[in-house]
Amino acid sequence: MTALARAEERAERLVLVDGLVVRFGEVEAVAGVSFDVGGGEVFGLLGPNGAGKTTTIRVLTTLLRPTEGSAFVAGHDVVREGLAVRQAIGYVPQAISIDGALTAYENLEFYGRATGVPRRERRGRIEEAVEAMQLESFLDRLGRTLSGGMLRRLEIATALLKQPAVLFLDEPTVGLDPTARRLVWERLEALREQAGTTILVTTHQMEEAERQCDRIAIMALGRIAAEGSPAELRARFGVPVLEDVFTEATGGRLDEGGSFRDVRASRRRSRRLA
Amino acid sequence: MSAPAADVRAGSLDGLRLLPARAARLRDGTVAMGWAELRKLRHDHLDIFTRSVQPLLWLFVFGTALRHNHALAGGSSDYRAYLAPGVMAQAALFVAIFFGLGVIWERDVGQLQRLLATPLPRLGIVLGKASGAAIRALAQAIVLFVVIAIAGIGIRWTVWGVVGAVVLLLLGTAAFACLSMILAALVRTRERFMGIGQLVVMPLFFASSALYPLAIMPAWLRTIAHANPLSYEVHGMRDLMLGITAGGTLWLDFTVVAGFLVVTALVAAKTYPRAIL
Repeated sequence: MTALARAEERAERLVLVDGLVVRFGEVEAVAGVSFDVGGGEVFGLLGPNGAGKTTTIRVLTTLLRPTEGSAFVAGHDVVREGLAVRQAIGYVPQAISIDGALTAYENLEFYGRATGVPRRERRGRIEEAVEAMQLESFLDRLGRTLSGGMLRRLEIATALLKQPAVLFLDEPTVGLDPTARRLVWERLEALREQAGTTILVTTHQMEEAERQCDRIAIMALGRIAAEGSPAELRARFGVPVLEDVFTEATGGRLDEGGSFRDVRASRRRSRRLA
Repeated sequence: MSAPAADVRAGSLDGLRLLPARAARLRDGTVAMGWAELRKLRHDHLDIFTRSVQPLLWLFVFGTALRHNHALAGGSSDYRAYLAPGVMAQAALFVAIFFGLGVIWERDVGQLQRLLATPLPRLGIVLGKASGAAIRALAQAIVLFVVIAIAGIGIRWTVWGVVGAVVLLLLGTAAFACLSMILAALVRTRERFMGIGQLVVMPLFFASSALYPLAIMPAWLRTIAHANPLSYEVHGMRDLMLGITAGGTLWLDFTVVAGFLVVTALVAAKTYPRAIL
């Protein structure tokens, strides 16, 4: 492949990951992962705790340097062009990123400033995001008084202000009750229809992934165990529901990962979101 | 061998060309962070008043008890006046040193990861956070100045004196807040941070000229106090508010405190990302 063709492919595929390896000392958290995401696609990264999903997202959002391999986001190298990547993405980490001591509106304004939305456009962008995520009713409430579903929608709204080329959502529905979860997904669907935003989402909710994602990659022990559309995966593994693909592909290793700190943090988060 | 060298040169040229843009991003980032800190303070007025209780106790209980001790008062006729800049700096120091707790909290929730994935420069994040501590110190200082005026404690009420002392206080507080962020990045858990915070804050406080003149200290303590940036902060404030120089110079005080801020801010910007792992 010529350099030019490669550059073109990079521009076309909004996320392009090739042979990604991340090692923490002896531990190989990501062990050679390759995948790509096209414009307007909703791509689901699935897998049990400790499969390497969050580590992969951290590389793509420039928070972590890969040990080996390469990754491009919106045509930019995550290692060499970190700033360009950060300017092109929206990122909602799994843990709560809203400032509880600020109101919902102040959080929006802060992230508008932080992501470099020009002052003249800020108000208009905030209004659009508020409408897209339906936040009108609680704009003046302090972050710490909001429910889990409100927080997630607010977080997604703060990540939309810069009109990102790719939106990274790490476990957006973890710890939410079914109603809140449905509302979050409803808003994401609307966002996709109206703005055509490209979304890379991690989850371990199989049925959510089945309903919402165009394509799915199932990760286990730092590798991609299976990749394709939900229908393709069901057909390939000859099973009626995606849940079974998950079990097959990960070899039933459902809940081995997660250190004490991870578990403590995620329980604390669930309590906070409930 | 030659290729990397060429890269480095291109990089530094690039760096020069992009300098104005980088400076603008640093300014915008610092302003954005500082703006958020100011907003937070507006939602929590009570914080300023509860934190002002401790310096007032020092000033009126400790200060009044030793009011007529001339050795302690270092040339001032009223120990309370001598003590005023010290407790102002001390109260700000406490705010600043425990600022790192907030950083650990922000790591435990997802704010820090989120911030680091925005285009905000790391130095801007650090300076913006530090300005939050400085804003709190300013609010405390205003409360203290009002109380000092009402109580009729004899400080020199000149514009340059008050403004200069406040500027020095803000620089010092921002620097100690950066130091606290460095500690937070190294320590990583809240429980351990509380211990380290105490371990750092009390020696900083006692081995400085905050409570008593350097002249009455034993030689070993004086040596430590001379290496303590808090001594220079307090010394300069005392010079500006009371005219007590105790053999130091104001430019040295400002240079040491500003230099301390530059160093801690740069180190904090380097170590800060470690806090998320």
